[in-house]
Amino acid sequence: MILWWLGDVVLLAVVLPVVVYLLRGVLDAAKSIVPSVQEIANVAAAGSKDLDAAVLLLTTQEQVTQTVAGVANYGGSLDVILDDAR
Amino acid sequence: MLAFAAAGAVTILAVLLIVVALVFYLVSVIVQLRKITAGLDVVITHVGEIVEKSAPVNGVVTTINEQLDAGVELLEGLLVKKAGITDAVGLVDGLYAGAGAAGFRQFPESSTITAPRIGEVYTRGTLTLARLGREAPIAVGNPAGPALRDVERGSLAARQLYPEVRQTRPSSLPRSPVIGTHAPVQYEQREDIGAPRKRLPGHAR
Repeated sequence: MILWWLGDVVLLAVVLPVVVYLLRGVLDAAKSIVPSVQEIANVAAAGSKDLDAAVLLLTTQEQVTQTVAGVANYGGSLDVILDDAR
Repeated sequence: MLAFAAAGAVTILAVLLIVVALVFYLVSVIVQLRKITAGLDVVITHVGEIVEKSAPVNGVVTTINEQLDAGVELLEGLLVKKAGITDAVGLVDGLYAGAGAAGFRQFPESSTITAPRIGEVYTRGTLTLARLGREAPIAVGNPAGPALRDVERGSLAARQLYPEVRQTRPSSLPRSPVIGTHAPVQYEQREDIGAPRKRLPGHAR
């Protein structure tokens, strides 16, 4: 009978606080993850939006191609006009 | 008998409290995990967009770099062909101080050449005028004489406009003074410059 009461005391005074303490720790950790995930989502959205300009690289590529072609034509003309070094 | 019932009730109460605590906290954790899952879904969506949008960047940038490399090789080859490797290094070093030490990509030997101080001896305008001199009668001893035009070596004829030391022994030329804000020697401005000219007594009217 005494052991039973002793078990009850241990259950209420030790097991229950330990269980609450541990579960509270898990809950706090889970809560702390939520803001970080939301920040990551915001950063990912901003990064995705920043990359919208990546399409313009195709225009840049065309412009560079045309510019280099113009430089090549210009260089070819200079090659004809100017004399070579001796 | 009553004591057994009381002890049993306390046990049941304790177990019930533990179960209630478990349920409360575990449900709270589940709610938080669902929020995390929803947030990660958003992250995955945006990361997928990033991957999709950045996929062609590598190829496009590589193509742009190849085009620019071709342009650089073309211009370097043209410059070396027209000016010679030594003068080309000097011209580049004159326009961009220190760039001559790096040399040209297609001409590894250019990095070992001591760049002549073309850019400091002559301004770009002077070089242009000297080159134009092959077709215009400027800097010719007699303006009525023939123009310095040589259909085969016109640009070389322009070199005859300069002292002979520059043509055969350019390394013997004195080094040009470094001028400008960052010159090693700074001179104070003279006060008499810009002031009224002093009149000598004998020439006063």
